[in-house]
Amino acid sequence: MPDALLQMTGITKSFGGVPALADGTLSILPGEVHAIVGQNGAGKSTLITILTGVYRRDGGTVRWQGREVDLRSPREAQAAGIATIYQELTLVPQRTVIENIVLGYEPKTRLGMTDWRAAEARTRAVLGRFGIDIDPHRPLGSYPTAIQQLVAIGRAAAMEAKLLIMDEPTSSLDEREVQVLFGVIRQLKAQGTSILYVSHFLDEIFELCDGVTTLRDGRTVGAARIADLSRLDLIAAMLGRSAEDIRSVGMTELSGQSRAEGGAVVLEASGIATGRRLRKLDLTLRAGEIVGLAGLLGSGRTEAARAIFGMDRLTAGTVRLADQPAAITSPRAAIAAGMAFLSEDRKTEGIIPDLSVCENLTLALLPRLARMGIVDQKRERRIVEGFIAALGIKAAHMDQPIRQLSGGNQQKVLLGRWLAIEPRLLILDEPTRGVDVGAKREIQAIIKAKVKEGCAVLLISSEFEELIEGAHDIVVMQEGRSVTRLSNPGVTEDRLIHAMAAGAPA
Amino acid sequence: MIGTLLRQGHLAVWVALAVLILFGTLRYDNFASAYNLSSFLGYNSMFILISVGMCLVIMTGGIDLSVGTVAALASVVAAMLSPLGLAVALPAGMAAGLAAGALNAAMITGLRLPPFMATLATMLAAKGAALWLADNRTVPVDWTSDFTALGMNKVADLLPWTILVALVAVVIAWVVVDRTPLGRTILAIGGNAEAAHLMGLKTRRAEVFVYLFSGACAGLAGVFLASGYGAGQPLEGAGWELAAIAAVVVGGTLLTGGMGSVTATVAGALLFGLVFNLLNFENGRGTISLSANWQSVIRGAFLLIVILLQARLARPVPKT
Ligand SMILES: Nc1ncnc2c1ncn2[C@@H]1O[C@H](COP(=O)(O)OP(=O)(O)OP(=O)(O)O)[C@@H](O)[C@H]1O
Ligand SMILES: [Mg+2]
Repeated sequence: MPDALLQMTGITKSFGGVPALADGTLSILPGEVHAIVGQNGAGKSTLITILTGVYRRDGGTVRWQGREVDLRSPREAQAAGIATIYQELTLVPQRTVIENIVLGYEPKTRLGMTDWRAAEARTRAVLGRFGIDIDPHRPLGSYPTAIQQLVAIGRAAAMEAKLLIMDEPTSSLDEREVQVLFGVIRQLKAQGTSILYVSHFLDEIFELCDGVTTLRDGRTVGAARIADLSRLDLIAAMLGRSAEDIRSVGMTELSGQSRAEGGAVVLEASGIATGRRLRKLDLTLRAGEIVGLAGLLGSGRTEAARAIFGMDRLTAGTVRLADQPAAITSPRAAIAAGMAFLSEDRKTEGIIPDLSVCENLTLALLPRLARMGIVDQKRERRIVEGFIAALGIKAAHMDQPIRQLSGGNQQKVLLGRWLAIEPRLLILDEPTRGVDVGAKREIQAIIKAKVKEGCAVLLISSEFEELIEGAHDIVVMQEGRSVTRLSNPGVTEDRLIHAMAAGAPA
Repeated sequence: MIGTLLRQGHLAVWVALAVLILFGTLRYDNFASAYNLSSFLGYNSMFILISVGMCLVIMTGGIDLSVGTVAALASVVAAMLSPLGLAVALPAGMAAGLAAGALNAAMITGLRLPPFMATLATMLAAKGAALWLADNRTVPVDWTSDFTALGMNKVADLLPWTILVALVAVVIAWVVVDRTPLGRTILAIGGNAEAAHLMGLKTRRAEVFVYLFSGACAGLAGVFLASGYGAGQPLEGAGWELAAIAAVVVGGTLLTGGMGSVTATVAGALLFGLVFNLLNFENGRGTISLSANWQSVIRGAFLLIVILLQARLARPVPKT
């Protein structure tokens, strides 16, 4: 076996006395794609931030290319050849693609000025290698997230990094973009670059990775070659249960629901449009029913949710909510009418970073928690305690700022925020994204329970499994229009894909 | 309690305050006297007021540059109306402040101007209005009416009325921030405006509230000024906004908004007043003589020290 490129051993780290890592061990070979898997809060991101010098470790050793090192800052890590694509992009959206690629590593002319010609050449070379066809003189922010992400990777490649770290890179990409990303990763690998890959999508890990390290509760509990593992083995290791145990309960919690017959119509959208991305959508939702919204990226699913929730102004059509004569023109009105909307964009539309878990969770509920204008804090804390237990939210305490929680746990708090207002219509845009397999099932079980109580759910998901097993009906969208409505039982992945792509320009 | 303070990074300002009081008491004979206490509180009640108003504005991620000149304008208005008595002059001064606050709120929530620009415009406009009303002069108050009672009388010969009034504003701000949905909304806007809007929070109402509150505080501070020092002063108040911002920052409130503390802001305001007070005592001892310029430098250095301390305490540097 060749010598490891990176060897982290016995890494420990606590935040304010609460251990996040108890024994993190990680070994990466040159030129391999290595995955880290583990439940939300297992310590994956923490291990990475220690490697990249953002946090200092409390204990343990890091060997890089055979030598013991102590990387104290992201700059030192980059200089050593470790590049990171963070989950939130950390490039400068206002500046051009070229500037972003060379920022901090600008080629210089003899006079010490930036050599823009060389910079452009370098940029074009990198983009060309990855088959990305964009104008490098335009501001980075004018391109979609996926392109921005590829540019970030291009930057790492241009720096000739030996190890490229990606923390949940695909969570905002669609199927096609994921394939482009994988192509780039394979190319880098072929050139001998090692890749550290964190993801909750097991399919991706089996498709892409060579080795895998499993973290549980801050400890490395296993490291193996992917080829030696089954999906079930991996899940079992993550959850710390036996494979048989998991086999017996099944994979998604939404499966096998019977529809409450004859529920009253809760929502009726007819012919709604808000612009180019949402042109004409018809949708009926009944109490006790989950309707899925399927479509390719850009087919207008999120726009449909935004329109129904009163975030964008309708240019055509009507949205009618049962017992609600007035049109919904703002999120506030939507909430007052009993709607809730878990947005897919946790960072910009969800969390208030400096507010506590408790304050974040009760934000939508606030008006109802106030008595004569004063928040009833006793009741508030009781409610929050209930949700922390019910959703299995991992936090030191409820007054911890939410930004300190792991990504998946933040998502659970946001779900709790909406469940707390006891909505009759729950719109969920990618509710289990970034959530580990165990928590995913818990969340699905909670959704199921809500539906049993008579709540109507509009479910947007890019995961076919979740849609097909979970939704009673699936409305398929293409280019901003609803084109068909498929009914369960009887929806198969093939039928769904066919409906999504049918008639669409190739 | 200490734990909470530490976590929120507010400890430094309280510690600094305690240290300075101890230092002053030990070093100067008359420092811990009733006279010094009451004149200190009287003078600083104005700064406490505008700092607390500023604190709420900054929590939303905004800024109010107009507080100084608005206070000056209010002092002129109050002084001009002082013959009609406190019952007229005080509400009139506050109304001037509220009007400025309403102007800020309209520009910021209505026209969507950045708070920096909007309040800068109001700052200039208020200065112009004050000078125009006062005809470029200080406006003496009417000593025969009860107007000066507010600024000059004391409860039990010790606590100036102004500090008690300022305290009421502090309590209101504290209750709003700590106990009401409005306060949560204020913090949520500063933390993530888009999410706050999505949550159905009344974001516009909260923004209007903070600028009105800040304006009212500035107006009241102007009334204190006229009543306590016997004149409406159109040119006073220059730089007050910076003093208020400094007090807010020293109190651990982020300039980007989203978190902060009303009580720590009050401590911050007191801290600055205290440094000034101590420097006066030092001058009075005659061992050194510091010009106003040097005093300013020392206060600046002090601000830096407390902020550095604050950062250290809030995020302990992890050891390797
Ligand atoms: N800055 C911080 N302050 C306090 N606690 C923290 C901080 N950062 C992380 N933690 C805690 O450390 C633990 C591990 O978090 P980490 O982000 O590494 O999890 P993760 O494995 O990446 O999870 P996810 O899959 O949800 O992203 C969590 O319990 C988290 O709350
Ligand atoms: Mg993570």
